[in-house]
Amino acid sequence: MTHHDIVIIGGGPAGLAAAAAARKAGVQDILILERDRVLGGILNQCIHNGFGLHTFKEELTGPEYAGRYIDMVEAEKIPYKLNTIVADISPAREVTYINREEGLVTIQAGAVILAMGCRERPRGALNTPGYRPAGIYSAGTAQRLMNIEGYQVGKEVVILGSGDIGLIMARRMTLAGAKVKVVAELMPYSGGLKRNIVQCLDDYGIPLKLSHTVTQIHGKERLTGITIAEVGPDRNPVPGTEEYYSCDTLLLSVGLIPENELSKGAGVSMNRVTSGPNVDDRLETEVEGIYACGNVLHVHDLVDFVSQEATLAGQNAAAYVLRGREADKGRQVPLLAENGVRYTVPQTLNVDTMEDAVTVRFRVADVYKDRYIAIYYNDKLISRKKKKVLAPGEMEQVILKKSSFADYPDISRIKICTEVE
Amino acid sequence: MSGLQYDVVIIGGGVTGSAIARELSRYQLKTCLIEKTEDVCSGTSKANSAIVHAGFDAAAGSMMAKMNVEGNRLMGQLAEDLDFPFRRNGSLVLCFSEEDMPNLQALYDRGVTNGVPELKIISGDEARAMEPNLTDEVVAALYAPTGGIVCPFNLTIAMAENACDNGVEFKFLEEVTNVKKIDGGYEISIKDKEPVTAKYVVNAAGVYADEIHNMVSEKKIAIVPRKGDYCLLDQEAGHHVDKTIFQLPGKYGKGILVTPTIHGNLLLGPTATDIEDKEGTYTTAAELAEVISKSARGVKNIPYRQVITSFSGLRAHEGNHEFILGEPEDAKGFFDAAGIESPGLTSAPAIGVYIAEMVAKEAKAAKKENFIATRKAIPHVSAMDKEARAALIKERPDYGTIVCRCENVSEGEIVDSIRRTLGARSLDGIKRRVRQGMGRCQAGFCTPRTMEILSRETGIPMEEICKNQPGSEMLIGKL
Amino acid sequence: METRNLICIGCPLGCPLTVNIEGEDIKVTGNTCPRGADYAKKEVLSPTRIVTSSIRVDGGDIAMVSVKTKSDIPKSKIFDIMKEIRAARVDAPVAMGQVLIENCADTGVDIIATKNVARA
Repeated sequence: MTHHDIVIIGGGPAGLAAAAAARKAGVQDILILERDRVLGGILNQCIHNGFGLHTFKEELTGPEYAGRYIDMVEAEKIPYKLNTIVADISPAREVTYINREEGLVTIQAGAVILAMGCRERPRGALNTPGYRPAGIYSAGTAQRLMNIEGYQVGKEVVILGSGDIGLIMARRMTLAGAKVKVVAELMPYSGGLKRNIVQCLDDYGIPLKLSHTVTQIHGKERLTGITIAEVGPDRNPVPGTEEYYSCDTLLLSVGLIPENELSKGAGVSMNRVTSGPNVDDRLETEVEGIYACGNVLHVHDLVDFVSQEATLAGQNAAAYVLRGREADKGRQVPLLAENGVRYTVPQTLNVDTMEDAVTVRFRVADVYKDRYIAIYYNDKLISRKKKKVLAPGEMEQVILKKSSFADYPDISRIKICTEVE
Repeated sequence: MSGLQYDVVIIGGGVTGSAIARELSRYQLKTCLIEKTEDVCSGTSKANSAIVHAGFDAAAGSMMAKMNVEGNRLMGQLAEDLDFPFRRNGSLVLCFSEEDMPNLQALYDRGVTNGVPELKIISGDEARAMEPNLTDEVVAALYAPTGGIVCPFNLTIAMAENACDNGVEFKFLEEVTNVKKIDGGYEISIKDKEPVTAKYVVNAAGVYADEIHNMVSEKKIAIVPRKGDYCLLDQEAGHHVDKTIFQLPGKYGKGILVTPTIHGNLLLGPTATDIEDKEGTYTTAAELAEVISKSARGVKNIPYRQVITSFSGLRAHEGNHEFILGEPEDAKGFFDAAGIESPGLTSAPAIGVYIAEMVAKEAKAAKKENFIATRKAIPHVSAMDKEARAALIKERPDYGTIVCRCENVSEGEIVDSIRRTLGARSLDGIKRRVRQGMGRCQAGFCTPRTMEILSRETGIPMEEICKNQPGSEMLIGKL
Repeated sequence: METRNLICIGCPLGCPLTVNIEGEDIKVTGNTCPRGADYAKKEVLSPTRIVTSSIRVDGGDIAMVSVKTKSDIPKSKIFDIMKEIRAARVDAPVAMGQVLIENCADTGVDIIATKNVARA
């Protein structure tokens, strides 16, 4: 069996940044496995701007942002295989991939970095009643058909869900000559970034109906219309509030799900909230030598943070490989997400061996105004920071310093929560 | 010669029409099957419980009972001959109260009368030992080891392909508008096309079988579309039960079944609502809610969050709840296969034999010597062992490109589904043949790529690629 | 004095901005960085946007090349720009940064490619 020091599953923004970082850390033998025809992942179809302000201090489009990392990987001559799908990863880090040139091949990886990204939630998951005609697309599928293949998917459009892809596609289809009639959002708040509401909906006079959902799909062959209705606090449609919209296209932007079939096969323990692996501050899963980063770990809003996270995963995987074995991690302290904080990544902190500063990312459960984000070591309040607005659609972070644990030799848990006063 | 174009015309390319076509193709008969949609298996046959019933439901002595038990018996050999997925997983009918026990016993007795083998009444605890996710409410169950699950698409497609390989002509997108008695046979009018003529006509038109029948017979029949909604769950939930779990019809109505599918998903349904629209395959909120609530009575902890799609199918319900098989008294040479509702899928192989023998006898047709009895399925790469898979990819590199990652469907499988006998011409046609887009992302990822392959292989421009019938175009033009 | 509440679109943080306008005097609060203040002033005086889209490529390994306005353009010109972009065709190869339409819709701003497209 061929051996590679680090095998990276996925050549999107996470995989590319992880590869670049691992090479910089001194690992020569790296292999990226990518299922698409080109590197860059989903960024290739995200032709809008807004990427890279944190990483490159300038505003780039998706393809430009991907291009920067592809250039790094090419310049470093890091090997990659395109049109290659990974069929299986074993807990012993044997990676089986398939492509047309080599057939089915199993290789041994010193370390594996999971960077498979996420996928869109389909209509079926919503169980919307009606027919099943053509013209219902997840927003990302329509985005690919338009931006990569060059086709128009519809003329009159309704969008369900106000996730960022849905908002971006509202503008994209408007610019391409379609009429976007309404964006309906089940929740009382948008799942997308505020700036996208402004520049994708408000700019074009597209109404956003919060607390609304699609209750009926009309048309047997091609979609002819949809009914939307207001939902009550229980998120069930309120009778009498139904409104009919004629349309030939319904785009769904109803959430993203980390794509972890391979991770589960590798025996990695999964987090119920993130739908991604549980990791420690090295971004190592509970299976030794298997790391995770990017949207396969938890769904991000900003690719810049994906790159940061992937860089860390690349560095840690490199350190593991170069050391030749797992270093002693010292005490492993769980991070608990409570009272309005839905989850944290990482879920465990190695307080003895952690970096000087570790970024903990999390999301809140609802829209909160003037709340505090509080950190507790055991039951002792360590920090409390007021935020004007917190929203589930926007990832938050706190930074934990290694030095702060010096005074807590008996630490057994770290709690991150929101507080009203 | 009579001067008629065909010996036999079959109207309808569902499971029944395809089974009859396959059985007729054993004989020296010039046969044509006319289907109004773009593919076989596009109506009732594509949206049902995918169950091979044991045969204890139908009234003793009925055609339904006879065809069910015989169809069940034939299914195993047929699956081997035609290489489609089928498994005898067994079924349980759950009884929830002691006072219903006589009904369970009656079901058992009827099954025995119908000739269902190996039936057994077991206690609630025995049932729970078999199926740990059954609720404590279950007091007893009827166990039928011969019950099974099948891929309804590939059952139908396999029979149609085999019929075609044996010389049956298939016409798609041709809608029969009238059938009229002429000298020596029938003239079949087709919308926007020239009529065709045949000595014999077989009516396998599903929910439209009444309309076709009433064109030639004064003994009118009426088929009511009985709509059933279903929820399909992710393969992660597919092991929640192993057997097909029915509920004993009782004071709460007919009940909702819970079953694994042959492809490892979990299926819940159907409801039963009589409607007027013969194209009314829409789900409703009320019925989907009914599926969810009723399914929970017999099986606990069903992971409803893992629903990946819902769908609705129409059963061709006839007032007497009986199959109508054979010639009406006043229409010699016209053969009905009407009222084929559940257990129609199970019964199809038997109905095929029954009708074909009847037609052949009347036509005094002899059997062919060169009948091809078997058909090979498209290889499914993810089900192969590593060596076989590697060998196949070496021979056909396009089996090494995975297009649908949820169901692990390769480009080679999609290409084959288009190129082979009666190949797919629509996205749904591909999906039914090789399961592309059938998985948990419901075709979000593989749709653009599959459209491209279909366009490349058939020469159909991308803008004209349809989900199923014309009118279901996926795109409206170039940017 | 006029007060307007805006959401900054300068970056994904989306800061809520309050703009107090008193004649020539514009005061911005709520911004995290200086770009927020710049955005708010511009947004109340003469709003601009970057436009991104794609142009059909002849003879390329993919059908479309993604493009953007090289700098921001007046918001009122978005659809004029789109009209020219939608009518345009280019030949492969295309290099990232290459000017595909000069002085689009008389804005003085060029349309440039944001990805490489090789010949098929």
